[in-house]
Amino acid sequence: MAFNPQIGTDGKLKHLLTIEGLPMEVLLHVLDTAKSFMSVTAQEVKKVPLLRGKAIFNLFFEPSTRTRTTFEIAAKRLSADVVNLNIATSSQTKGETLLDTVANLTAMHADMFIVRHSQSGAAHLIARHVGPGIHVINAGDGRHAHPTQALLDMFTIRHYKGGFNRLRVAIVGDILHSRVARSEIHALTTLGVPEVRVIGPRTLLPRQVEKLGVQVYHDMAVGLEDVDVIIMLRLQQERMSGALLPSAGEFFKSYGLTPEKLARARADAIVMHPGPMNRGIEIDSAVADGRQSVILPQVTFGIAVRMAVMSILAGN
Amino acid sequence: MNIELRNGRVIDPAAGADRGANVYIAEGRIAAIGAAPAGFRADRVIDATGLVVSPGLVDLSARLREPGLEYKATLESETQAAVAGGVTSLVCPPDTDPPLDEPGLVEMLKHRARSLHRSRVFPLGALTQGLHGERLTEMAELHDAGCIAFSQADAAFTDLQVLMRALEYAATFGYAVWLRPQDATLSRGGVAHDGEVATRLGLPVIPVCAETVALSTMLILARETGARLHLCRISTAEAVELVRQAKRSGLAVSCDVAIHHVHLTEMDIGFFDSNCNLVPPLRGLRDRDALRAGLADGTIDAICSDHTPVDEDSKQLPFAEAEPGATGLELLLPLTLKWAREAGDALPMALARITTAPVRILGMELTGLAPGQSADLCVFDPQAWWRVEPSALYSQGKNTPLMGMELQGRVRYTLVDGAIVFETNSR
Repeated sequence: MAFNPQIGTDGKLKHLLTIEGLPMEVLLHVLDTAKSFMSVTAQEVKKVPLLRGKAIFNLFFEPSTRTRTTFEIAAKRLSADVVNLNIATSSQTKGETLLDTVANLTAMHADMFIVRHSQSGAAHLIARHVGPGIHVINAGDGRHAHPTQALLDMFTIRHYKGGFNRLRVAIVGDILHSRVARSEIHALTTLGVPEVRVIGPRTLLPRQVEKLGVQVYHDMAVGLEDVDVIIMLRLQQERMSGALLPSAGEFFKSYGLTPEKLARARADAIVMHPGPMNRGIEIDSAVADGRQSVILPQVTFGIAVRMAVMSILAGN
Repeated sequence: MNIELRNGRVIDPAAGADRGANVYIAEGRIAAIGAAPAGFRADRVIDATGLVVSPGLVDLSARLREPGLEYKATLESETQAAVAGGVTSLVCPPDTDPPLDEPGLVEMLKHRARSLHRSRVFPLGALTQGLHGERLTEMAELHDAGCIAFSQADAAFTDLQVLMRALEYAATFGYAVWLRPQDATLSRGGVAHDGEVATRLGLPVIPVCAETVALSTMLILARETGARLHLCRISTAEAVELVRQAKRSGLAVSCDVAIHHVHLTEMDIGFFDSNCNLVPPLRGLRDRDALRAGLADGTIDAICSDHTPVDEDSKQLPFAEAEPGATGLELLLPLTLKWAREAGDALPMALARITTAPVRILGMELTGLAPGQSADLCVFDPQAWWRVEPSALYSQGKNTPLMGMELQGRVRYTLVDGAIVFETNSR
């Protein structure tokens, strides 16, 4: 199991399943390709024929509007045919197995699967079983990974900060349950960010998280000092019922991003959020709508980044 | 049939003996070792040159999936797998469907197993009805039907008062209780060891304290009630130390480890290999090292296979959704030999962990190489390499993290009650 399932025997990217294990060159190639697509999205006719005739199946086992929509827009801008499949999963009803679903869709000549699933490892499982020449993009699997989100976040950082090797980046919130956080940590460390901080209560930090190359802070004011980039994570309501947190209010008090806490960071620090935001729980409206927030540009960049990923995979 | 095993390396872990000798079998028993008994005429002579003649393996945990789970495996296939693995006696957990909480079920199971004339099957009886952890089973009736001890398998025990009373009741009759230490609430939702790998892969976790809290509770209750406790499938370094201290303090407790945990760690999960979804979970490197140290100093008495055949559909799922377990009857011997080689252990000591030590835990005269004992033997080639492939396994369970690996150690003949129940020249 020393091989990397994402990279083919020819050394080219075959699937995008996780940032972990991808060399820096691959990540930069995606960012550079995305940059070239930025001009496409700014045009009147926003299409290039790169993926014409290709069938891209959005296989969403977990509901999502935003991510699915941005993938759909990205695919259509590349002139691909897009099919959306929202598969309701119930643990009670054992319908078609995951792999049977994939096999059936493959028989319908799918070229690319974009998969979102509530279980970690689902995208890897699917990638192991698709035929040759079919590419799998992980749009989020359980708590494990969300590589395209991490890539668009890196694109955003590079856009506003120019590079990576002199930055302090802080990721705040529920790292334990966050696939976005894990992918971002891998991306930041691979791209050479010298200081990556995670800030959160102990109940929301995974065991031995320092081994991923991050510094742990429980005090947000201290953790945000002199930081260049702040990435806020979404807090889900379930965390209160699992005895991980007492209330959203107390979470906001200690870990919510307010103008006062933001002032501890550098004056030109940018504020990011993968969305959707819970205003008043992880982020104050004044900050979300403030001049340091780049949350909306993140969404725009996401289309170009996803176009880049799809075109790179399809070209390999 | 009179059988002569000629020129084999005869290893008797009980006596610490390891020498080249002939073994003579008559009327189902070992007639002599060394020189032929007077007037002995062999009906069959087996050339055991280059082979080890060992007592048959005794596996403290092998799921045969009958009754009720025949789509996963059957008594036919799994007892065949057992003898192919040199296992002459095995203990099966009570978590069948229905669980082994009725004497009739136990009798039927024993009868079916006996009629197959392969390994001896010793069922564990359910400690509570339905394994629900609420009402006691008729332990005396189950014992008479053939249950050698009582267990909760992997079912949770939430009511400690019931557990204490179950131990007390069992102690009345001197029955042993086999328990796997895992706290239900501390392990809730978890599938992987709470360590670096689960952090990277985003898997829900089972912390070390889920094992140690339950273990401590069980040790205290065993001490209180005087019940004979056997701890199943220890997985953490901390648990090994707790057992070590308990034994030092004079508590009569025994424990076993599953063979996969002697070799594998959380790292082997790799890219979400669901064949590594095991119960208890594969732990960290330091835990594995502590398990090996525990085997070396006798804190851990025995190694078992924890054989759990799982159908392919139930494994071809995202890691946390896959059914836990690995096939193991045919891997117990080669993996034990591998551990012995790596630990620099002499073969008799290593074999003791899967022969004499399990026999001691069971408290029966089951297998041995002294004249007069039942001829339950495993004759194997310790040098032979073979590849773990679906076609090489008799078990219906092809679920192993070691698929595709080359292992050393192949059974050539297995005898139960002096009859050859398995033989092979190749494979």
